[in-house]
Amino acid sequence: MKIAIASGKGGTGKTTLSVNLASFLAESRKVVLCDLDVEEPNSGLFIKGKLIHREDKFKMIPEWEKDRCTLCGHCHKVCNFHAVIQLGDQIMVFPELCHSCYACSELCPVDALPMIPQKMGELKQFKKEELSFVESRLDIGQEQAVPLIAQTLEYLDKNFDDDFIKLYDAPPGTSCPVIEATKDADFVILITEPTPFGLHDLKLAVDTMRELKKDFGIIVNRHGIGNNDVLTYCQKENIPVLSKLLNDRRVAELYSRGNLIYQKIPEFKKQIENIADYILKLQKEGIR
Amino acid sequence: MKEIVIISGKGGTGKTSITASFAMLGGKDIVVADCDVDAADMHLLMQPDWERSEDFYSGVIAEIDQEKCIKCGKCADVCRFNAIPIIDEKYVVNTLNCEGCSYCFHVCPADAISMNEQNVGEWYISNTKADNVMVHARLGIGAENSGKLVAKVKNEAKRIADETDKQFIVVDGSPGIGCPVVSSLSGADFVVLVTEPTVSGLHDLKRVYELVKKFNIPAGCIINKADLNTKVAQQVEKFLKKEKITYIADLPYDETFTKAMTKGQTIVEYDDTNLKNIVVNSWEKIKEHTNKI
Repeated sequence: MKIAIASGKGGTGKTTLSVNLASFLAESRKVVLCDLDVEEPNSGLFIKGKLIHREDKFKMIPEWEKDRCTLCGHCHKVCNFHAVIQLGDQIMVFPELCHSCYACSELCPVDALPMIPQKMGELKQFKKEELSFVESRLDIGQEQAVPLIAQTLEYLDKNFDDDFIKLYDAPPGTSCPVIEATKDADFVILITEPTPFGLHDLKLAVDTMRELKKDFGIIVNRHGIGNNDVLTYCQKENIPVLSKLLNDRRVAELYSRGNLIYQKIPEFKKQIENIADYILKLQKEGIR
Repeated sequence: MKEIVIISGKGGTGKTSITASFAMLGGKDIVVADCDVDAADMHLLMQPDWERSEDFYSGVIAEIDQEKCIKCGKCADVCRFNAIPIIDEKYVVNTLNCEGCSYCFHVCPADAISMNEQNVGEWYISNTKADNVMVHARLGIGAENSGKLVAKVKNEAKRIADETDKQFIVVDGSPGIGCPVVSSLSGADFVVLVTEPTVSGLHDLKRVYELVKKFNIPAGCIINKADLNTKVAQQVEKFLKKEKITYIADLPYDETFTKAMTKGQTIVEYDDTNLKNIVVNSWEKIKEHTNKI
């Protein structure tokens, strides 16, 4: 079963929930946690496991072979992303704009733009006690998160069978990286905070999940700050509220140090337990 | 006219609350741009009047005319994005997967594929309660945040600032290090990094600053919730010194920010004590630094 943990607004507790829930579940189940926030991956700061595998990740980009090129101009005409342009008698490729669609390369009549791999980031797999953890990080200067997220999910599918509960720590927002990180999930947990910003971005996230036709539920983090509008909204929209996580400075302090919270605060552990039960029930009732 | 961009790497560090305060303090001397188009929140504090709104078109998406399709499958073969599955024996486009490269369009022997312009969102020009103009936007659900809408918002803000002879543009950026952030940063005169003393905050600050360095833009930093973890706060300060990033201010961990937000107010309207003073001093410091550039 695949569970994605997402949110519209950043900083609402995706990583906190991901690492605590994954570590807790791993005490009794086969679990793999995967950090798909490849631009700013943070889960690894909380799960300091043993590195068992690392690999570079590549995206394919065209490379101009001057000697073959007849300067017919076909390549830059077919490129919709302005990643291939002609300047005088030179063809220039801008890798950061390239979407690896292969059109320029394969439609070139003289094979003057072969596709070559370019490093875009790295993937690492860790093991901490019974918990497996996979994270990918995008190289600074690479602009597109989607290809790395897609390759990370492929790695996960290949290396972890369906017996595993797979938890994805998704990127913030509602645009393409979030779609990529949630589109093959069986269930999505949207975590928010009970503030006007939290509610506004939650509505966007809910619209996104409905567009994707996903089953989802909501967790309200830092319950007690702000107001009741998030809960009223969930009730009106008939969205299940899985938990209301407590607002406590101790939680923020433990988080600030990179510590797991459920191991230190019993009330928080009880809440994580309830969320875990919800997920196990979903699994049993047959969302795959 | 100078451009000040506020970013954070990590989400939820207080970037928008602080930017909106600067927008209030800047008043009619500035133009405001909310470039966090993916989860734009600043309008919740600025009470914009949505005076002008326009659709934003960017990129194209494939559509297959089933009447013309001869089911040769060439389109699906060349598509690298699995965007043309076979459903009920028909080749159809999965619009969420389609990246708009047009490769399928070029190889279709039956001329059955058309590439249609995509409406990916809306952008707005508003007058705000701070007596200034704000340019903001809303990206469509699941649309590609390629940075083009961000660039549009910024360019409009620039145009308005030029035409009305304003001193500053104040830009609220987006989290992360990808395309929208790159777009927010391009052309900036001064970058304000808003961080928090948590292991994640520091980690993300370092990554996003690597990106800022590539653009060669001078930067300053506000440490929000500074008293949450003094040890990590010291590590942040050490990093600022090492990288010659201007230290601007510490803000305490204080739920007053949330209370102000709940009332639809910035901290400089809601609070008239310590917090307000820190933010006012920060804004003065930022203006001073930016003017020196």
